[in-house]
Amino acid sequence: MRTVTRASGIPRLGAAAAAASGLALGLVFFYAPIEADQGFIQKIFYLHVPLGIVSLSGFVAGGIFGLQFLRTGDRRWDLRSYVAIHLSLILSVAVLATGSIWARASWGHWWLWNEPMLVSFLVVFLMYCCYQPLRFAIEDPERQARFACVFAVLAGAFVPLNFVAVRMAQAVTHPRVLGATGGSMPGSMRLTFLVSLGAMALVYLSLYRLETARKATAIELKRLRRRLEARAATEPRMERV
Amino acid sequence: MPALPLDEAGAYVAAAYAVFVVVLMAYVAIMARHVGRVREDLRSLQDELAHQRED
Repeated sequence: MRTVTRASGIPRLGAAAAAASGLALGLVFFYAPIEADQGFIQKIFYLHVPLGIVSLSGFVAGGIFGLQFLRTGDRRWDLRSYVAIHLSLILSVAVLATGSIWARASWGHWWLWNEPMLVSFLVVFLMYCCYQPLRFAIEDPERQARFACVFAVLAGAFVPLNFVAVRMAQAVTHPRVLGATGGSMPGSMRLTFLVSLGAMALVYLSLYRLETARKATAIELKRLRRRLEARAATEPRMERV
Repeated sequence: MPALPLDEAGAYVAAAYAVFVVVLMAYVAIMARHVGRVREDLRSLQDELAHQRED
């Protein structure tokens, strides 16, 4: 497997993510108005919704990368798929936690089992929790990559289907943020939301690039060590010949 | 439900943002440990190569 580690852009991406996050925080707390219905608690919206969108997009990206691996057989696509899913899974923990805190503050409950949006996200999260055990239960690297990518493609296709199904379902409590009615935010709120979404995407991208570079370097090192050991094992024999 | 008073709402908002920061920091700390391990591997590989060249 040929690995390419282009780590040169990571500090710049990290700096952009930090600057965008700072700007987003400034807009959230000093520019966006206090929402009339929920009050100050609505500030969680600017964290929770971008987190949810970015983590679900990461799952879909993992599926697309998996499909690329199945098409080309290039192991770099499998690595990209793995990192995208791994990172999205970690962000999903934050989505569930922040959502739960918001639910407690505005509905008086940590969790509502009759709310399709919450339960469907939990289903997606639990489904992706199976990805790593499945992946690492297979020892042969070639089969491991193939099985993991098949899972990534199927699960990645399930994410948008699930999203559409939930939006078509009757909402009980959870608002539909980006719909025809829920999306009609005032300009200042919309700007704050879009900047927060951009900042979250940059945070995700910089962590993704960092982990991809780290993993690719580790794989390259392992490969070099194997070559070195193989050379060390053959050289004494050649000397004897 | 009516909107919560600012002091109570503030605690929930702070908790939500703190959860995100904690998750992010934990991830970065784990990544830093992994990068440290890769760096160690690289150093030992360089040492091995240097030994082989000397031999």
